[in-house]
Amino acid sequence: MSAIAPTSPRTGGTFLRRNAIWWVALLFVLLLPQVARSGTSIAVLNQMCIMVIFSLSYNMLLGQGGMLSFGHAVYFGLGGYFTIHLMKMASGGFFMPLPLVPLAGGLAGLLFGLLFGSFSTNRAGTVFAMISLGIGEMIAASSLIFVKFSGGEEGITADRTDLTSLFGIRFRSEVDVYYLIAAWMVLSAWLMYRFSRTPVGRMANAVRDNPERAEFVGYSQKHVRLLSFMGAGFFAGIAGGLFAVNYEIVTEETVNLVSSGTVLLQSYIGGVGFFAGPIVGAIVYTLLQTLLSNYTEIWAFYVGLIFVATVMYAPTGLTGIIMMHLPIYRAGKLRSLALPYLRIGVPALCCTIGVIGLLELLHFLSVRAVGQSTKRLFWLTLNVEQPFAWIIFSVLAVGGFLVARRVAPSVLAAWEAASLHAFGGRAR
Amino acid sequence: MIDRRQFTRLAAALAVGFVAAPSLAADPVRVAFIDPLSGPFAAVGASGLKQFQFIANEINKSGGVLGGRKIEVIGFDNKISPKESLIQLKRVIGDGIQVIVQGNSSGVANALTDAVAKHNEREPSKRVLYLNYSAVDPSLTNEKCNYWHFRFDANADMKMNALTDVINTDKKMKSIYIIGQDYSFGKAVAAAAVRDLGLKRPDIKIAGNELHPIGKVKDFSPYIAKIKASGAQAVITGNWGADMLGLAKAANDAGLEIPFYTYYAAANGITKAIGAGGVDKVRLVGEGATNPPLTAEWRDVLKRFRAKYPDDRDFTQTRIANTLQMLALAINKAKSTEPAKVAAALEGMRYTTYWGDVVTMRASDHQLQMPVRIFVHTNKNIEFDIDHSGYGLLTESTVSAHVASTPTTCKMQRP
Amino acid sequence: MLELIVFSLLNGLVYGLLLFMLSSGLTLIFSMMGVLNFAHASLYMLGAYLAYTISLKIGFWPGLIIAPLLVGVVGALIERYGLRNVHRYGHVAELIFTFGVAFLIEESVQLVWGRQNVDYREPEILSFPLFTLWGTDFPAYKAFMLAISVAIFIALLLVLTRSRVGLIIQAAITHPNQVAMLGHNVPLVFTGVFGVGSALAGLAGVIAGPALGTFPGMAAVLGSIVFVVIVVGGLGSLAGAFVASLLIGMLQTFAVAVDYSLEDLFAAVGITTSKTSALIDLYTVTVAQIGPILPYLLLVLILIFRPTGLLGKREV
Repeated sequence: MSAIAPTSPRTGGTFLRRNAIWWVALLFVLLLPQVARSGTSIAVLNQMCIMVIFSLSYNMLLGQGGMLSFGHAVYFGLGGYFTIHLMKMASGGFFMPLPLVPLAGGLAGLLFGLLFGSFSTNRAGTVFAMISLGIGEMIAASSLIFVKFSGGEEGITADRTDLTSLFGIRFRSEVDVYYLIAAWMVLSAWLMYRFSRTPVGRMANAVRDNPERAEFVGYSQKHVRLLSFMGAGFFAGIAGGLFAVNYEIVTEETVNLVSSGTVLLQSYIGGVGFFAGPIVGAIVYTLLQTLLSNYTEIWAFYVGLIFVATVMYAPTGLTGIIMMHLPIYRAGKLRSLALPYLRIGVPALCCTIGVIGLLELLHFLSVRAVGQSTKRLFWLTLNVEQPFAWIIFSVLAVGGFLVARRVAPSVLAAWEAASLHAFGGRAR
Repeated sequence: MIDRRQFTRLAAALAVGFVAAPSLAADPVRVAFIDPLSGPFAAVGASGLKQFQFIANEINKSGGVLGGRKIEVIGFDNKISPKESLIQLKRVIGDGIQVIVQGNSSGVANALTDAVAKHNEREPSKRVLYLNYSAVDPSLTNEKCNYWHFRFDANADMKMNALTDVINTDKKMKSIYIIGQDYSFGKAVAAAAVRDLGLKRPDIKIAGNELHPIGKVKDFSPYIAKIKASGAQAVITGNWGADMLGLAKAANDAGLEIPFYTYYAAANGITKAIGAGGVDKVRLVGEGATNPPLTAEWRDVLKRFRAKYPDDRDFTQTRIANTLQMLALAINKAKSTEPAKVAAALEGMRYTTYWGDVVTMRASDHQLQMPVRIFVHTNKNIEFDIDHSGYGLLTESTVSAHVASTPTTCKMQRP
Repeated sequence: MLELIVFSLLNGLVYGLLLFMLSSGLTLIFSMMGVLNFAHASLYMLGAYLAYTISLKIGFWPGLIIAPLLVGVVGALIERYGLRNVHRYGHVAELIFTFGVAFLIEESVQLVWGRQNVDYREPEILSFPLFTLWGTDFPAYKAFMLAISVAIFIALLLVLTRSRVGLIIQAAITHPNQVAMLGHNVPLVFTGVFGVGSALAGLAGVIAGPALGTFPGMAAVLGSIVFVVIVVGGLGSLAGAFVASLLIGMLQTFAVAVDYSLEDLFAAVGITTSKTSALIDLYTVTVAQIGPILPYLLLVLILIFRPTGLLGKREV
């Protein structure tokens, strides 16, 4: 398991220097609202930070512990429900500052992690995956039935401004909430990173790779898995708690299988083999989900395409692609890749434009009104009844694909040459 | 195809670096439509958006609002999820849009009305108005009412009141089965049915009061078998979408030939699926009469809609016309688009619908007071059929606005 | 009461056998390649829509043959040009891939056929009540569904146990490397099994479409129940899938018929429950309402106490 954070436990130095990247990260997220000021971008940022914690917690299972879970949203959602109930109770008057309420979600996640983990972590692999699926479906269905606790499909609402104010901050504005969420995000990410460096975190890797050997060394694979599972539940619960704080409502959709699938997908797209992978995945996925649907009605189609393309062409995820270039960048050889990348980039872009154009035209045909024969796309007005646009897009799509496939080997060779150089001529 | 003029324009745009052209006309009044535009419920959302844009176009043709400003309805996809709706609401507010319309799922409506109330209280300079055109959970205009929410559809209680009036006329009716989706709306329908039948016809036995999981039932045959076994003489259901389709299909298959009193058993493929099996048996409660259309103007509007969208030609949600027309009136009356002023203008507003009904926006709870109609599924005397099926909804009876009205427990907090 | 039991039995049988058609292909795919194919339900949906179009053009019966074949070809192509490339990246990659494919198929279907329900109907010749018991019809089409499902079960069983191909498949499930060493083209077997499995899903869609509705959400409604069937039945066991399908079909159908709750049970033994208790939902919820949870409860219990499934020979 490599990490983007270039902190090595062996380097000495002060606490401040050892954790430099974390301080930079904290500064960055705190300054972000100064750049992204609009209400929309703050809303997207809030969602993104919550998803970052959720995905990182998921990667404690999948990436670090080798446990493929289909029901991780259970801990996220239950954390959300417990937090929102606490917020409701606290608005009755007792002392409970808002910044602390996500802890309730974390504790709920931890306890349910202990409960469900106690029988599902006996084995990893498919048994674990299928049990998580079963638990996920059960909790999701129950959340619609046990209305007293979950509010059914309407969910439970609360008002965050009713809670005890701390230093006069009542979290009325989105930006205030952003700072709260961002602070929790950096803290949680740091804790999860530290966890991965503890003996237990290291043993989780060992159990993932070879459970028998780990047993021989004297560790119970079940206990190691259970600890990871509870940790993942705790941080998922924190994320759920922040969800409750941000949206002031928790509904069935936070526990359901779609949420569980989302966290799996975004972690994978980001790259489960890296600590930073889920962070990248959560950022990209949130942007895709919230922004893509504003530009096109067939966003789900594109999301599907992106999944398939990622799995087929970038199996180590987006972070994997970045990591592939890190040594080359360090060796100062990145420039030698510019031309080959341009050679494949242009036809790939043509292919993408062609595919998007065809899909959008096809979709337009099925929804248009009578007499409506033109569609605006890429700043152009296209007439769908004449073959011109169709031909152009088809040529772009097919031609781009063929050319890209043709030049792919030479680009790969260029990358290999560059990375060979980066490693000082040693075979990788 | 790109003609030469467009090409020059494109080149020019490229040359100046995509500088947005300043708009010449007065800025349009933007209305955000927050409903599902993708996923399994997209059909209902997309056709609703079409109907809104069509009515906006009608208003714009006759001069727009505030002396020439056009109304523009912009779709925001909420994937029928409360969470996504809140994200879209934040975008809408960020974009400076002051009116949102939404209708599908009372769950979304509950989340939105709560979020709108909180937002308007916290940031009074960026208020938004929430026009609910179809979410009929009664609590939205009762215990959960707020000043910024206006409902343009009869709520579940009003509709049940009308349905039970019809049932009341059938003196031979002895037992009824209630089936619905297991969520707030389904429960509201069941509660209203039990209460109203208890008041009007205590002799009618409730043979069954069933809630099934929403959107998860693959085969409704077991439920039909249960209804059959209970010996019920009629069914009341609030089911919609795939759940209504499945119920209708299973009832047809099992030859369950008893009357169905429904909220949404029409359109989007349901009318076609019910077909001959439901003639004179399936009844539905709604507002805008389409067969006959009652006024010449309404007939023209329906015909224009059909001409514009010949494939998806059913103007199914007639309340959409009232929603947008009343908004336009209120904006003109308030001489402003500022939500607080428009809301004040909407309160108590009287409006005559395309089909000639006089409706009033009750100030005490923001529930539109309107006549409610009972339609029957048939193929006789149908001018505007649904789903290209030859079958449509024929008006059977009309319950006047003051009879359809139900009291409210709302304690309206005005800003 | 008797009529409810009889019709619940019949409905459970129809639904259970439909589940079997879906899971028979999936259990072979899963046990052979270890792939949790999330696109399986989408292929079921694709089958229904293709058959709908064919039924409009040339009739129901050709659609019954052609649509599953087309879906089978689609499945084989997915395996050959997608899954096979992804296979080396591991199971999670394969799973994400099928996720993506499921998205693509469902969206493509909506692009082509629109977002409305389509009116896919059973043929005229089968749209009559086969028999009427206590005033309730049992449609001939449902009997037809039963017949097709049973025929498929028998055919599959014969192919798997009596034919040479079947023996190779059975061997490839447990010992793929040895089978390859014996000179058999294991990748081709994989493609073939994936294709046939997809075709069976397609066939299930073709015959379920007219009875249960053909609409954009039909794959989502099915959910992950098919995975429950194959795990409960035991991986790679056709007979297990058959038994589990029927079991779950019956479980869900009969649950609907039972209106009792814990409260009733407590009342029967003389305990009264407080109406204001926080657990009130737990007491008053009826068996009918928790019907959808039962298969998943069964799944978890089976995995804890008998990981081989009912009739499986090896652990999941």
